[in-house]
Formats: sequence, C-alpha cells, structure tokens
Amino acid sequence: MERYYTAEIPKTDRIPKLVEHLFKKMPEIESARAVLLTESYRATEGQPIVTRRAKAFAHILDHIPIIIRENELIVGSTTIAPRGCQTYPEFSWEWLEAEFDTVEHRKADPFYISEQTKKELKAVHPYWKGKTTSELATSYMAPETLKTMEHNYFTPGNYFYNGVGHVTVQYEKVLAIGYEGIIAEAQGYLDECKPGDADYATRSRFLQAVIISCEAVIHYAERYAALAKEMAAKESDATRKKELLQIAANCSNVPRKGAASFWEACQSFWFVQQLLQIESSGHSISPGRFDQYMYPYYKKDLDAGIITREAAQELIDCIWVKLNDLNKCRDAVSAEGFAGYSLFQNLIVGGQDKDGQDVTNDLSFMCISASTHVFLPQPSLSIRVWNGSPHALLVKAASLTRTGIGFPAYYNDEVIIPSLMSRGLTLEDAREYNIIGCVEPQKAGKTEGWHDAAFFNMCRPLETVFESGYDKGELVGVKTKPVEEMTSFDEFYDAYKEQMNYFISLLVNADNSIDVAHATLCPLPFESCMVDDCMKRGRSLQEGGAIYNFTGPQGFGIANVADSLFAVKKLVFEEKKVSMSELKRALMLNFGKGLDADSITDISLRIIGSLKEQGVTVDAAAAEGIVKQVQSAKISEEDQKRFDEILELIAEVPKFGNDDPEVDAMARDAAYVYTRTLPEYKNPRGGIFQAGLYPVSANVPLGAQTGATPDGRLAHTPVADGVSPSAGKDVHGPTATANSVSRLDHGIASNGTLLNQKFHPTALSGEKGLDNFVALIRTYFDQKGSHMQFNVVDKDTLLDAQKHPEKYAHLVVRVAGYSALFTTLSKSLQDDIIRRTEQGF
Amino acid sequence: MDYLQTKGRIFDIQRYSIHDGNGIRTIVFLKGCVLRCRWCCNPESQEYTIQTMTVQGKPKIIGRDVTVEEVMHEVEKDRGYYRRSGGGLTLSGGESLCQPVFARDLLRASKVVGIPTAMESMACAKYEVIESILPYLDQYLMDIKHMNPQKHKAFTGRSNELMLENARKVAVSGMTELSIRVPVIPTFNDTPEEIREIARFADKLPGVERIHLLPYHRLGQDKYEGLGREYTMKEILPPTNEHMEMLKKTVENCSSLVCQIGG
Repeated sequence: MERYYTAEIPKTDRIPKLVEHLFKKMPEIESARAVLLTESYRATEGQPIVTRRAKAFAHILDHIPIIIRENELIVGSTTIAPRGCQTYPEFSWEWLEAEFDTVEHRKADPFYISEQTKKELKAVHPYWKGKTTSELATSYMAPETLKTMEHNYFTPGNYFYNGVGHVTVQYEKVLAIGYEGIIAEAQGYLDECKPGDADYATRSRFLQAVIISCEAVIHYAERYAALAKEMAAKESDATRKKELLQIAANCSNVPRKGAASFWEACQSFWFVQQLLQIESSGHSISPGRFDQYMYPYYKKDLDAGIITREAAQELIDCIWVKLNDLNKCRDAVSAEGFAGYSLFQNLIVGGQDKDGQDVTNDLSFMCISASTHVFLPQPSLSIRVWNGSPHALLVKAASLTRTGIGFPAYYNDEVIIPSLMSRGLTLEDAREYNIIGCVEPQKAGKTEGWHDAAFFNMCRPLETVFESGYDKGELVGVKTKPVEEMTSFDEFYDAYKEQMNYFISLLVNADNSIDVAHATLCPLPFESCMVDDCMKRGRSLQEGGAIYNFTGPQGFGIANVADSLFAVKKLVFEEKKVSMSELKRALMLNFGKGLDADSITDISLRIIGSLKEQGVTVDAAAAEGIVKQVQSAKISEEDQKRFDEILELIAEVPKFGNDDPEVDAMARDAAYVYTRTLPEYKNPRGGIFQAGLYPVSANVPLGAQTGATPDGRLAHTPVADGVSPSAGKDVHGPTATANSVSRLDHGIASNGTLLNQKFHPTALSGEKGLDNFVALIRTYFDQKGSHMQFNVVDKDTLLDAQKHPEKYAHLVVRVAGYSALFTTLSKSLQDDIIRRTEQGF
Repeated sequence: MDYLQTKGRIFDIQRYSIHDGNGIRTIVFLKGCVLRCRWCCNPESQEYTIQTMTVQGKPKIIGRDVTVEEVMHEVEKDRGYYRRSGGGLTLSGGESLCQPVFARDLLRASKVVGIPTAMESMACAKYEVIESILPYLDQYLMDIKHMNPQKHKAFTGRSNELMLENARKVAVSGMTELSIRVPVIPTFNDTPEEIREIARFADKLPGVERIHLLPYHRLGQDKYEGLGREYTMKEILPPTNEHMEMLKKTVENCSSLVCQIGG
C-alpha cells in the first residue's frame, strides 16, 4: 500500500453553488470596520498604542456584522457582501476618498461603493488626518529618498499605504491548544513581569493586548455559534439544519479550544486566516504547509471512521472557496501592480520535514484536487520539489498546471534550504520552509520577513547613467562622467553600479522609515501571539519580536539590464559599431519610434534643466514653448535611418535566455549588483535586507515609467518579468531558457526569484506530456533554479499572439504530431490551432 | 576521434522536441531526401543543395555544413533534460540515410557520450547502409506510407519494395527498438482498408509493438511559397479527430499493436 492516496476524489454539488454565490456581484466596499475602529480609537486616546490596537480589534469583532452564507460548512465572513472588503484608515485613506467616484469603474480591480458607505467613511476619515502610518513614514524619510520616489526609481507602496501581512503564523498551535491555551501562555509570561523590570511597561502591555485580542476572537466565534443555532431553528431542510447545528457546535469549541475533529480543525484554521486580515490590511497572509498541520486531524478522523475522504475533500474545497471570499481594495496604481483582486494567500504542499524526510501525504494530493474543483485564484497553490519528491505528486501537480490556471508554482528545496541557511536559519527551520505571497521563502511562525517591501526598477539607474545622474532635468542620482567621455565598458559599468548603490541606499531609507512607522503606530498583538518569540520577548512582530527578521525588496528588469549592458559592451566598446553619443540620442528619441506624452515631458524637462544649470531663467511661458517645440520636432530621414540600423545591430547581439554563456554571465553579474548589495543593510527590527527578483504584475506599470533602453526596448513598454528573459527574446525553446536562467545565482536572491514559461496545453497532453513536463522542471531544478511557474496559454492568448507576434516569439504549440513556434505559422494554421485549443485535451 | 570531424549538411536543430522518440529530445534535421512526397511539411529538406527560402518576407539561407563535433556541442546543452526524461538525440530530415556516414558518426558520437539516440527515416537506402548505423541507434521511427507500390510511387516518386524489405530486416536484426509511423494523408492512405494493410504488415514485424498515426497537417504550406514552388495539396483538409479515432480502432481491431495518434 502506498503511503498516500492518489486517486481523484470527486467534488460535491455544494462547491459550484458556493462559487456561484460568491461571484454573483461585483465586490463591494463596506464601512463597518473603519467606523468601529474609529469609535474605539476615540475612546482610548492616551493609552499605550498596543492596548489601543487590541481594544480596537476587540471592538470590531464584537460589533462587525456577521453572516453565514448559503450552503457554507466553514463560516466566518469579513463582509456581508460576498468578496467584499473592509477599509483600514489607520494605514492610509486619502487615496480611497479621492477614488470614491471612480473606484467602481476603474480598469484594475473595480469595487462597488454605496453612497451610504461613502457617507460613513467620510464621517470618520477626518479623525485619521495626521495619524496614519504612511504620513509618519513620510516624515521619517530623507529628502533625497522622497525625491527619488517622485522620480519612480522604486516604490515601497505596499507597506507605505497598507498593513504588512506577508506572514505565516503558527496555525498548528491554535489547532492544538486553542486561544485559551495561548491566553494561558500569555498569562504565564505576564505573571513573570515584575514592576521593577526595565521593560515592564512595554512587555506587560503587549501581553495584556494579546489576551484582549484572543478573548475577542473567542467571542467572535461564539457570535457565529449563536447565529448558526438561530438559523438552524428556522431551517426547514433537515440536512441543512443538521449542518447548522454542527457549525454551531464547532464554533463554540474552536478556536477557543484545540480542535477535536477535522471539521473543527478546518473551522479553527479559517478563523485564524480570516481574523488576521481584520486586524490589519496586509496581504500575502499565507496558510503555508496546510497539508502538514491539518494531516493529524484528517488521519485521526479517517482511521476512526468519523470522516470519509469525500467529506474531507468537501471541507477542504469549502476552505478554498472561503479564501476567495476575502478581498482588499488597493489604490488605483497599486491595483495595477497586483492585478486580479489577489491576496496572495500562498499554500504549499509536499517537501521535507525538519529531519529531511519527504512528507507528501493524502492531503498534498487533496489540496491539488481542491484547486481543480474550485478553479479560483485563491489560494496561491505551491508545491515543494526536491530529489525525493514522489513522481506521482508532481504529475498530479502538472495535470493542474495543464488546465491553464497557472498553479501550482514549483519550488526547489535544493536551492531554497541552503539559501535560507545562508541567512541564518537553522537547518531544521530551513527544511520546514514555506512560501509567502508570490515566491518568498521563510520559516513559518518564526519570521517577520517584510517580503514584498518595495519594487526597485533596475532599468532606471541605467537610464540615469546616460544622463550622468540627472533625470527629467534634475540631479537625483550620483553625478557620473558623461557617457560620451567614457573609454571602456568597465567605466560605464562602474557608473551603473555607482548609481545602483546610491538608489539602493535610498530604498533602504524608505523601507526603514516605513518599518519604524508600523512599529510606532500599528503593532499587531493578535498576529504576534502566533509567531515566536513575540510573547517570550514581550514585543510585537512590528517591534522586532520575531526570531528571524528580514526586509525583502524586489528588483525588476534584470533581463533588460543584462541585455542592455551586453549591447553597450559589444556595440559601443568592442565592435565600435555605434558611438555612445549616437546611442544616447537614439534612446532619448525612442529610436525614432514616436514620442508619447511622457517622453515629450521628459525631453522638455531635460532642456529646461540644462538651461537652468546655465543660469537661464525659464518661466511658464518659455517652458510651454519648449514643450511645443519638442512636440513638433521631426526626426530627420538620416537620423531615422541610423536609428533603424542601431536597432538592427542591437537585435543581432545575443540576448539573455538563449543558452549563450557570455550574455548569461553578464546577467549573473548584473544581478549581483542588486543581490549582493542589499544584504549589507540592516532593518530596525534587527534583521537584514535580502533581495528578490520577481515581478508580481508590476513589470507593466514600472515599464511604463521607463524610457527606451539599450536592449532595443522601446520607451514605456513593459520591462522583463522576474528572472525571465525579455518577452519574445528567448527563441530557442524552454530548455534553452531554463539553462540561461539557471545561470543566475538564485541562492543569493533569498527573497525569491520567478521564472515564467508559456506552454500550449497540447505540449502537456497525455501521460507522456506530463512526464516530460515534470522532467523539464526537475532539470531546471538540478541546475539550481529556484522557482518555476507556467502559463499554459488559452485561446485568448493565442489570439493576442496573432496580433502581437513580437511578444510571443517563444510560444511552443503542438500541431498534430509536431511542435512548432506559434508565431512562425501561417495565419490559417494559427486559426486552426486556436480552434483546436477550444477543445482542450 | 576522426568521426567527430565528419561533415554533413543540416538545415535545423530543434530543442525540446517531445514527439519524436522517448522523453525530451533535440532533433537534428539533415538535408536531402530520396522521396518527393506531395504533402511533405519540410519541402526545404528535399534538395541537398543549400537553398534560399523566403520566410516572413525575408530571404533565409537553408542548409549549412557542420561537423559532428559542432552538432554535438548543441546536443550536449540539454543533456540534463535527456537524463531526467529518458530523451536524447533524434535525427530527422530529409532522409538521414542520404548522408549515411554523417548520420552514423553523429549517432556514434552521441552514444559514446551516453546520450540515447533515435532516427526518423523511411529506410530508403541499401540495407548495408542501415546496417552500419544500427549499432548506434536505440530507436528507429520508421515511416511506412502505403502498401501498394504503384500508389506509393505516384505520391512519393518511389516505389515501396526496398523500404518494406528493409523494415523486415531491421526488425529481424533485433538491434534497435523499431516502431512504425504512418502519415495519414487524405486521398492517399486514409481509408480503413489502407491503414489496416499497413497495420497487418507492421504487426508481423518481429519486435514491433507500436504504431503511430500522424494526421496530415498544413504546416509546410508557406514554405512551398517561400521556395517558389506550388503546393499541390491546397484543397486537402486535415483528417478530423473522429476519423483518426476510427482509424486507431481499425488498427487495434486487426493487430496487437499499441496505436497512438501523433508522435
């Protein structure tokens, strides 16, 4: 007998009903939390901040409207409207008020908001003026940091305007001892506090805040128990009545006490997951190793005959649906960077235990089935892969990938474990890692990782080199030598490094300022009581209570930087086919491919800037004249011809992603400029910075802020995504791409890297297709790649590929018994394939 | 190591091919063919001479002379993928047997460094040529297009006796894993009777267990235009999935072969 059950367990009729109910309407913004929070804050002025936070949390949980949705087995909803969201004015609110009339109609992640809600929020918002974390953070930042942010070198938007989230707490502890157990533990530490202790004030108040918070959670569950009982009394359907009575019994027992059954464990898990997201607006609160900590409850009930596999699968499916019931409204700009209402609740299956043994179990398979059943964006399902991972689990995962849902993401234990150890984790802790949010590894219940601390655009410092430290006519970087005067590639590269180092130091300043603001204004006692060693130290996570502390900002556009540096090296310095002044001009004028409004402003500001430097005063009228001149300027035929030649020369230079060792080595080195510099910096929680190389979806908006680059990328088009090659530049198939990307040092980018590959579903067809696909992943991982995910493209993508073939040069499709690059096929054949795609496999 | 310096003429190397032999493979396409199949999807493979073909409006040189060593440099790049998937090198064409020494030395070089080998071929050569290759060949993916010599000649330019005879000899030799591939071409061989005949023949070959039915497709149509040639199959539509399934059943009913649609 296998040590796990691999057969498919069918979904029940309940699941589609739950999903349908959830997606009936556009998500809605509700005001209850903001109103209750403000009431509580008004009543607690002058008290310690941690006490005020706990009391506000309790006040919210005591009074926020509750609801049990039709057919639910797992209960607990943050809003009355399905997929609705609450607001969090303690972090920021002005953007929301400014978007009251547009949020319903914006492109990315629209939300409905009623006039009544607007009125209620408008009534409480003025209280928060001057009291938010974002305002405090701004006041902490250095002036040059603020200026650099205005110039879009990086954006720390995530934590600047929101809670931090990005944590995995000790779910297993709540499942085992309940909040009564945690309260007892807190009380124990509290009893040890002596009034004469130096830290008595902060420590005792923190522990009291933990107790207030945990009691509030128990009370919240009791409200649900009462509601379920009340609904059961009115219910005419005997089956549903029984379910409601069981729900009532579950909510009276958990999360107060340890879970006595698998169903209770599921309910207890859910309250933790949901309520963390009422305490703060941080996203990427990640369930982590769900298949591990839930397994004992499943196994016990299964062995005792209390539950069937089908019933257990249904409960898991119900949780999957609930994870999509939570939502968050971001400002319009951030919404584009995190498109898709995503909360990035990352849940991972498989991998090793602390002793290095494979721990795949029934639930690992059932979690994958749940994603197939529910087919929704949450949870962000991940899978750990190591040399000992069973083939059956990977094939099961690959069959989910084949559906085109984009899950699971695959992670390589063989890179991540040593990488985490190099950051100070013990071997045992590193082996038990899980993933936060997108791709960020950490040890659950011991880490405050600040994993998504900023987006840093590595292309912008490169642009700045061409302007000798200036941007839009203003000196924002380091004043470096004019590029025209540089005589070697090293000189150019050194100037890039100098700009990078400077901007990285400002990025650190921004993050650390925000960090201090969170510690000062928004400690989170509920979250903190489930991460070691907060209770022992008597300090919240925000104040450095965790065992492991990191700050992980993401670098963007490594492929563009590498290809650009390599093109400069080859064309300007080695082959001398293009002069630096020609290249500079070509970049400024977007290779003659047209100037959009941003480029015109950019060039005008440069001219105005240089006039000012010369002592010329430029008034508004003169400035407008300059803009008009730039607008109407025509590129001469001669210039255009040369720009086209330059673009062709650039096109011939090898690009990252094609298994070319020389340009791949450039990429590796260029990535070090970011990944080796960051860990030299410290954060206020006593940890260090660590780099990530992944994009969320922000490679598009960040690209829109970036001018033309020497790799031939036109102004304001997207930059490359994660560690993936520039779109369409890798033309030798998935193995060549994987080989190139594996030449980067993934271990040092310990906050995670991301490689996206696109496949057509037919490339994964049949058992053989899945086997080969698994072999591709395994081989990338053999070569020390860290993460891989797949976009198995659907019909819409193929239609887009017809319209924009340049973006899809590497898209492999299968035509009958043959494989081919989609964009090289004739229109009629492409149409054939598109038609076939609809049939699936 | 003289064999590493053997020269040959290829027109493409394609990595991550998953339909031509076991696992993940690198296909080397050799230039030159003895047949002139009307449906050929690689018309640029037929002539041994280096040609210019118009691809997406631009002239492209088709064909280059390379040494075995140079090809192996490319093939080596995906060694890890072969190991994980059981894949390796596949020779295709054209007809690889038109360059017998180069084909043999490529396969030999691959085996010497531990990379599994396969070859797609019609077996249209003297048996001695094939015999010289067999010691280095793990999988032989052999095309059999039709059992009727006249019809074979009409559609491909050559009769089929030599190839059928070679199929028997390769099978009897037991030196390689032989499987049969049938391009299913409407108006040529897509009736159940014609497919049944091929299946019965294949079924009798000792050691042959698999037969692949490869549905006709129009992948090569643009290339004919690019070469300034006329595509004479314009009116022919690819067989439907239902028709392919029916043919698969036909094969399964009349033989003990494992039948697969596609490579």
